[in-house]
Amino acid sequence: MIEVNEKIAIDHGLKKDEYKKICELLKRNPNLTELGIFSAMWNEHCSYKSSKKHLKKLNTKGKKVIQGPGENAGVIDIGDDDAIVFKIESHNHPSFIEPYQGAATGVGGILRDVFTMGARPIANLNSIHFGSTSNKKTKSLLRGVVQGIGGYGNCIGVPTIAGQTSFDESYNGNILVNAMTLGLVKKDKIFYSKAAGLNKPVIYVGSKTGRDGIHGASMASAKFDDKIEEKKPTVQVGDPFTEKLLLEACLELMRDDSIIAIQDMGAAGLTSSSVEMASKGKLGIELHLDKVPCREENMSPYEIMLSESQERMLIVLENGKEKKAKEIFDKWNLDFSIIGKTTNSKNIELYFDKNKVANIPINLLSEEAPEYDRKWKKSKLPQKIKFTKKDFKNLKITDVLKKILASPNVCSKEWIWEQYDHTVMGDTIQKPGGDAGVVRVHGSGKAIAATVDSSASYCYAHPLSGGKQIVCETWRNLICVGAEPIAITNCLNFGNPEKPENMGEFVECVEGLNEASKYLDFPVVSGNVSFYNETKDKGIKPTPTIGGVGLIKNYKDMITMDLKETGNIILVVGKTEGHLDQSIFAKEVLNEKKGPPPEINLFNEKNNGETILKLIKDNLISSAHDVSLGGIITGIAKMCIKGKKGMNFYKYKGLLDKFEFFYSEDQGRYIIEVKKENVDKVKKILHKNSNHYDLIGEVIEDNILINDEPTLSVDKLAELNKNWLNKYMVN
Amino acid sequence: MKSSVIIFPGSNCDRDMDVALKKFGFKNKMVWHNDNVIPKSDLVVLPGGFSYGDYLRCGSIAAKSNIINSVVEFANKGGLVIGICNGFQILIETGLVTGALLRNKYLKFICKNIFVKANKTHNKYFNKIKKDILELHIAHNDGNYFCSEDDLKSMQDNDQIAVRYCDSNGEISENSNPNGSIQNIAGVFNEKKNILGMMPHPERVIDNCLSSNDGSYFFENLLSNMK
Repeated sequence: MIEVNEKIAIDHGLKKDEYKKICELLKRNPNLTELGIFSAMWNEHCSYKSSKKHLKKLNTKGKKVIQGPGENAGVIDIGDDDAIVFKIESHNHPSFIEPYQGAATGVGGILRDVFTMGARPIANLNSIHFGSTSNKKTKSLLRGVVQGIGGYGNCIGVPTIAGQTSFDESYNGNILVNAMTLGLVKKDKIFYSKAAGLNKPVIYVGSKTGRDGIHGASMASAKFDDKIEEKKPTVQVGDPFTEKLLLEACLELMRDDSIIAIQDMGAAGLTSSSVEMASKGKLGIELHLDKVPCREENMSPYEIMLSESQERMLIVLENGKEKKAKEIFDKWNLDFSIIGKTTNSKNIELYFDKNKVANIPINLLSEEAPEYDRKWKKSKLPQKIKFTKKDFKNLKITDVLKKILASPNVCSKEWIWEQYDHTVMGDTIQKPGGDAGVVRVHGSGKAIAATVDSSASYCYAHPLSGGKQIVCETWRNLICVGAEPIAITNCLNFGNPEKPENMGEFVECVEGLNEASKYLDFPVVSGNVSFYNETKDKGIKPTPTIGGVGLIKNYKDMITMDLKETGNIILVVGKTEGHLDQSIFAKEVLNEKKGPPPEINLFNEKNNGETILKLIKDNLISSAHDVSLGGIITGIAKMCIKGKKGMNFYKYKGLLDKFEFFYSEDQGRYIIEVKKENVDKVKKILHKNSNHYDLIGEVIEDNILINDEPTLSVDKLAELNKNWLNKYMVN
Repeated sequence: MKSSVIIFPGSNCDRDMDVALKKFGFKNKMVWHNDNVIPKSDLVVLPGGFSYGDYLRCGSIAAKSNIINSVVEFANKGGLVIGICNGFQILIETGLVTGALLRNKYLKFICKNIFVKANKTHNKYFNKIKKDILELHIAHNDGNYFCSEDDLKSMQDNDQIAVRYCDSNGEISENSNPNGSIQNIAGVFNEKKNILGMMPHPERVIDNCLSSNDGSYFFENLLSNMK
């Protein structure tokens, strides 16, 4: 075996002093297998060494939280002994190198995190971010990622119910692929990863181990350079068919109490799963690597421990249950092998052909892993841009609307979600394209709403405000379908934590999201951090992605955003202040990219949201949509397109310029459609709760009418909105 | 009426079909692909999904599984057999219905509501159905139906074209063809019309809160024709 030295350690992604610390802790030099294990456990992806300090501050508790961060996924209580297990995770680096497999295995990984806990997956979501549409790689990356997500989710038979896609040049060399899964489980049938008891058999099930993905977790913790193509072999290859079998076999085994602990082999494969289970149980673990089912010949202990082959699980079983468990995995044609046992040594001890090939105290891999207090730089709030009438001269509201509806970040993403099976399982009652996806809780009257959001430009302009904003937007999206927001999961995609600017973006985004999460009682129950999203030293815009989950107690109370009926009145709840800085209008039309993002007023946010939810529950709203990218008029145009209805705007009589009124992206606002006979009732409730509102128009047939402006045909707007992406992908 | 739904490794619409059949009054049993015998049934369903991961060719491995012999026997005796989506692909691979299902014309997976016009003559599936333009749902990669001209002609002469893609008014045209199928064919019968293979999923559209409720017409009508 090769003698380990500092250079080899550095090649494994470890820093000089980290290697020194390893030797000190072990009181000897590690061998190559041991070094591989250390490098996998001590890298950013597994150890959270740069982020831990800040993540500890997160608001993770709440009345409905059954399990917060630290497990395979978070768990929340939705009543009647039902619980929802959910988490979001990134698969950014692999997806840039090999978009189909990178995205597919991202979906596979997050699905396993959820069914490892005993839950049957019931919905998938994703948030994907690509470079500028003029970048020559964007199209093929988008096509590959979408096919990869669909290829995996469609095959395994879990509906993809919502998502988000954005384009920005900061992702030219580093796209983002974040995948989220929700699962349903009975509260008393949740499985955890904490091992317990001595001499319990450790079982390997699922696919065989190959050489794919060796050091995948280290790649996820490195930045890209010109040689990324060479990393292709480190991308894992997914097999959704095997995952489907693994899912059914695991759920079958979970029907009784044979399992003590279970953990999927995700990042850092067998290393991370065995260490985590033993570490949580404060036990040792002994593994015989020659018993691991391998798909390639002559695999070394080093390769077996670091392979990231997909669709594998590690289980600590009750004694005497081996035979029954094996029968289940045989039935599903999956490998089943007893590869070791729990011990009281508190070490991980590895054997290969009866030789001991590694022996490391487990605490050195977990508790003793480095934790850094990185330097970070505080961001200043940018100066507000003073827009004047002159800036809007020669512009027409209607022309601008057409331009925005056909812009990459606002256009319809139907081309994408039509490739995802969003109806399998027969419970999808709100499909992609709305504010949130909704699935019924199978066989009950309840439904679960889920959404995924991020706003990189806001976070880039001012991380603290941006962080708050996303949590609020997630909350609004759930409310818009009539769901009571319960909890969130976060996927924190950032640049290089060793650079104070990037680290500052991380620290302040987290601070912002935490503040909003606390105020709205919307706790974080799971998540993942992805650093080093940079290519050739250029980082991405800070992109924390938030996945939110809410409950609709009676699914018949769910509402959608499409306009329903001619004659109904449209109100905007929440105050329009005319904030144009960082808006789509400022960026796409006025070409002004500076200025602060819109301010967040958490009191109004909460107050407006709660009132809207009450109005929906009282059956007083026919449709609702939050005001986000492109302001009021873009929101209304989308409601018109979806409902195949028109809208007659009342003449605007306020103090703002009409461009400010129509296109500003002030937060905490909702557009609601109310039946004429209910308008007084609704106004009274809004008054009583001190919610600002404006009556802005009436639903009509076919056209959008704005004072002094040419008539807009809704059919034509729909075409513009839908065709942009179709044409882009075809040409 | 008794029904059986076969589960292959990789089936993923088996539960949905079970739920739908029970909702409309069938006594349904789930049958494992490795079994040799189908329980006593009036109807056998091969559900949608990705049996054997679509490896080799969609439906080809499932068509060789243990249970298939008794499905063929059941069908040859005149028993009613439905194959939906991947089930249709399996029926084709067993030779119980004619044709081939190619990759969709635009090479993409397609998941959306579509309309089909049903053939109401001489078959238990659509005869007397209250609505013959149905809004159903498709979700597939390989649903582009193809067959030889001779086969097409003989199927047409024998009324074996079961459902064709159309628009909401029943107009059958290139515009209403989602996947490039020859003659907009979405489903076919065997000669005796006791076997139906079709790409659209009636079991996903059986409630007003889902994307359509027209699947209900299909199941209600089938049950009443079976009585």
